[in-house]
Amino acid sequence: MTFDALLLLDMLLAAMMLMLAVAALHSHSLRQGIILFIVFGLVTALAWARLRAPDVALAEAAIGSGVAGALLLAALRDRKPRKQKTPMARPAWQVLTVTYLVIGLALTASWAFLDAQANHAGPRLGAMVQAELANSGVANPVTAVLLNFRAYDTLLELAVLLAALLGVLALGPERTAPRAAGPVVTHLVAWLTPLLIVTAGYLLWVGAHAPGGAFQAGALLAAAGIVVRLSGNPHTGLPSGVWIRMLAVAGCGVFMFVGLASMSGGANLLQYPADWAGTLILLIEIFATLAIAASLVLVYLGGRPESWSSGGKNARA
Amino acid sequence: MLGIVLAALGLQAAILQQDAIRRILAINVLGVGVFLVFIATAYQGADAPPDAVPHALVLTGIVVAVAATALALALQRRMESSDVDADDE
Repeated sequence: MTFDALLLLDMLLAAMMLMLAVAALHSHSLRQGIILFIVFGLVTALAWARLRAPDVALAEAAIGSGVAGALLLAALRDRKPRKQKTPMARPAWQVLTVTYLVIGLALTASWAFLDAQANHAGPRLGAMVQAELANSGVANPVTAVLLNFRAYDTLLELAVLLAALLGVLALGPERTAPRAAGPVVTHLVAWLTPLLIVTAGYLLWVGAHAPGGAFQAGALLAAAGIVVRLSGNPHTGLPSGVWIRMLAVAGCGVFMFVGLASMSGGANLLQYPADWAGTLILLIEIFATLAIAASLVLVYLGGRPESWSSGGKNARA
Repeated sequence: MLGIVLAALGLQAAILQQDAIRRILAINVLGVGVFLVFIATAYQGADAPPDAVPHALVLTGIVVAVAATALALALQRRMESSDVDADDE
């Protein structure tokens, strides 16, 4: 009985995801499309939860749908209303060719996927992770993979985020701040911001043994910054001048430092000493959270913030 | 399965759309489709613990995707502002 109800829920989720994706991609108004995309992200988070991937669900809700949605909406707002280049409709043969090619590709991929599932089930890494979990210093397998077994990947991921941030910063000054919001919103934000910060701290701490971790916490912290910004407050809780740069590279920097320090003890890069693993992971996660939050807020500002050079020698004339 | 369908939808839209923001949105849908395939391979029934490695991969993927989206949107903003400048002159 419950099984049937759950199956129904799954079917409903799948149908909703499909419909929302189509609607988001092909809606007439772009604003509508973006809002539908945010809803799509939240429904996707539910689907992750059903597939027993709570870490991914949290990240999807906070980053994939929250931050990405905020970025898209901000980009839309920036658009100057300009003489509309009436988009020429694509010729039908182009649409048909691309559609058929994509369908062909999808069918091939489906076949490959099913074949791999059915005939080539190799040994799974998941079992190995479960077996080694006790040695990793944390009890949540996803955190263990991210920050211990495959810490390399996570270090590079922080580097990717840093590179994207540098790219955005190089492209120009920040976008203009939204005008000050009314008293209701301001009060709401005053309540919301501490709540977001506390939740971020909780997620960071709990990541060691339950779903959560640096990325989710960082995204929540960034959400706090973005909300403050949206309420019309020109600064976002970010420090100014040199400190903001220090914050942005803190994630990579501390990670590298720990990695190199473990090398000096005769181990490989990022091979933590077993007794210290839990502490070191927490240390890296704290700084990674701060760096992710700072990067996401900066990226949301969309360029060099005004406070960037305050006190620096290259202050604007 | 649904993941592949979503990825295909996203790919088709990314190629066919003409508006930069719409293309970026389409690529995000494509990404979700790919993630769904990954997570589906990790799922091993309602009772067995799922495979943590694809989960970690997808987490990394989400963050990288949002970083790429941010960069793409910044480029798009720069492109449009330079378009306007060219029109004014």
